[in-house]
Amino acid sequence: MSALRQPVESGVMDAKTFMHPTLKKNYGHWAWHDRPRPGVLRHVAESGDTVWTVKAGTQRQMDVYTIKTLCDIADEFCDGYIRFTIRSAVEFMTTDEAKVDPLIARLEAAGFPVGGTGNSVGFISHTQGWLHCDIPGTDASGVVKALMDQLVDDFKNEDMPNRVKITTSCCQINCGGQGDIAVNIQHTKPPVINHDLVAGVCERPSVIARCPVAAIRPALVNGKPSLEVDEKKCVCCGACFPPCPPMQINDPVNSKIAIWVGGKHSSTRSRPMFHKLVAAGLPNNAPRWPEVAEVVKNILHTYRDNARSWERMGEWIERIGWPRFFELTKLPFTKYHLDTWRGGRSNLNASAHLHF
Amino acid sequence: MSKTMPETPLLDQLESGPWPSFVTGLKRLANDEGKPYADYVKSLLGQLEHSYETRKGYWKGGTVGVFGYGAGVIPRFSEIADKFPESSEFHTLRIMPAPGFFYDTKTLRAMTDAWAEHGSGLIALHGQSGDIMLQGCRTDQVQPVWDKINEMGFDMGGAGAGVRTSAACIGPARCEQSCYDTLGAMKSIINDFTDDIHRPSLPYKLKFKFSGCANDCANATQRSDVAVIGTWRDDMQVNQDEVKAKVAQIGRKEFINQVIRMCPTQALALNDDDTLDVDNKSCVRCMHCINVATKALKPGKDRGITILVGGKRTLKIGDLMGTVVVPFMKLETEEDFEQLVDLAHRMLDFFADNALEHERTGEMIERIGLINYLEGLDLPIDPNMVVQPRTNCYVRTDGWDDEVRKWNERNSAAAE
Repeated sequence: MSALRQPVESGVMDAKTFMHPTLKKNYGHWAWHDRPRPGVLRHVAESGDTVWTVKAGTQRQMDVYTIKTLCDIADEFCDGYIRFTIRSAVEFMTTDEAKVDPLIARLEAAGFPVGGTGNSVGFISHTQGWLHCDIPGTDASGVVKALMDQLVDDFKNEDMPNRVKITTSCCQINCGGQGDIAVNIQHTKPPVINHDLVAGVCERPSVIARCPVAAIRPALVNGKPSLEVDEKKCVCCGACFPPCPPMQINDPVNSKIAIWVGGKHSSTRSRPMFHKLVAAGLPNNAPRWPEVAEVVKNILHTYRDNARSWERMGEWIERIGWPRFFELTKLPFTKYHLDTWRGGRSNLNASAHLHF
Repeated sequence: MSKTMPETPLLDQLESGPWPSFVTGLKRLANDEGKPYADYVKSLLGQLEHSYETRKGYWKGGTVGVFGYGAGVIPRFSEIADKFPESSEFHTLRIMPAPGFFYDTKTLRAMTDAWAEHGSGLIALHGQSGDIMLQGCRTDQVQPVWDKINEMGFDMGGAGAGVRTSAACIGPARCEQSCYDTLGAMKSIINDFTDDIHRPSLPYKLKFKFSGCANDCANATQRSDVAVIGTWRDDMQVNQDEVKAKVAQIGRKEFINQVIRMCPTQALALNDDDTLDVDNKSCVRCMHCINVATKALKPGKDRGITILVGGKRTLKIGDLMGTVVVPFMKLETEEDFEQLVDLAHRMLDFFADNALEHERTGEMIERIGLINYLEGLDLPIDPNMVVQPRTNCYVRTDGWDDEVRKWNERNSAAAE
């Protein structure tokens, strides 16, 4: 047997290794930018050099042929350079304005929608789902595909008051992150425990420690060491499932989908905000999740039609107030909207400010 | 004999519609007869269809890695391998891209060729931490494909209780608003922490992210333990001719609505001659007016970084945003970058020494109090760290005079 190869522990490469020469030349010396049309950015350097960027959506989980198609397009129009965004859009950059329209036509013909710039709905950040994750309640890739099919015009145009970042997560770990609209699995029943397997598979003290509400205790079941859940305390978060797979939290019927709104990472205007629960109990209805799409579109279009220029979803709702949000969207307001977690009292209205 | 294509009536419904379909991509691989991945992906499609039918996932973890590293491969074994034996092993390799997700097509093609030879042919660009996700590899192919990718100059990403792969906004490569070299800072930090990325031995994960301004395009504030965000100390740059042009373009009323009224600290006013009046002492560097009037307004010239620590999602104590621990620090010279890397090491060491198992930095700070974190790292206290001072009187204040002396000493030292 040949000796195993030691890895070259090189870390990340210098970003300039793969940067278009015009970007390298003007690194740190850009003067201004604008958006000549949706899907296109124009950046002008202090030197006068100009770069046009055409942005397009992808399916993120890409087969090698899709990636090669993107490479062909980059070779044809962009001197062989290509870049991806944090939200898995692809960006093609050229210094030749005459290439912009043919590049857009080529991308659209190859099935990549051009858009995602400015005040549009960006691509939905999401996670692996049933395709690869070990704890998924749904298939984020499928949810995202089904949603983007319906939101594609909102991606291609800049018709929103501000940018809209939608996220999807297959469990409450929320790998998709905070979003103006977040589509997340919300389990509604405690885990179903396979007591035959717990002792052999789970490190019981760390499973007990993982529970945010101390609902798990050691127990002897059928003569075997196992764990039991105080179902009155359990918040059905699924935190015990990753360290202890015999505590099955995913349920084809009772793992529901919840919609959260008004999350925002940026400090632009307002401080960053967490997203807030607005709807729950939606069925995990693969392969097209029509009930989810209906709620998302309702919220999105209510925001589009009512918010002022540059208000993000959460800022708009802060201005108009939650009563008006529920009134406009016709979503029901329930006892589950009252925050009961620690610190949750700061989410209550401690004032005489009311909306009628 | 090649395996036959499974029936996938549910997945087939994800092939129609205008958005690119990952199912179509998987089918293309599955139908690519003669390629090593064809039967592998057929089997995968069978299992995925089964998940769509039963609404459950069927992957479990395990232990798979590459020689010399303790993390970076995400092992996946099928729980229903009896039904779908060809794809019983479907591991992911996390590979770190260059900061900013830049590629040339030669490199990307070479990567896809290696992956088509050894893996499933499926790649996610990119994972939520910022990795190239080579998804779907048999155990015996992990080392050979890793060797090829590593020889191309790429290194493995993080997983488990260690430093994770990082992400940065496009920064100075193409953005006039970026207040520091996000791409360079990410490289400086990550490449000094490769041991903690590849051999995880921390209480839990530790993430760094880099955004060039308060727009936070890298989603650092909430999605990283250590968020490095660009800002400036002097007055913002105003080109009054361009302000006038913008007012002429969109009209006074709209300029007032979109720029003046949206300023969170009411630091802006429109003068009678359509020039802009900026109260820079009230400005919080939020970027809004600069975003709207891109040609007219720019960050100031005395630029640097703000560091926020402790962002994370719900598990276990609830969502936390990062909060300010360093209001301003220059990041221009080599020494500045060394100082940042040194501070990052102190943050990691303090976390390693003080966090409980499975506790993130933000949770640790919540438990021990921010002051203990600051004193542990020797970071000076600053009113920029609070939204408001304490409102609760339950605190012992008999060290007050000493603290006042420290504050005065620091201020007089700064004045000299």
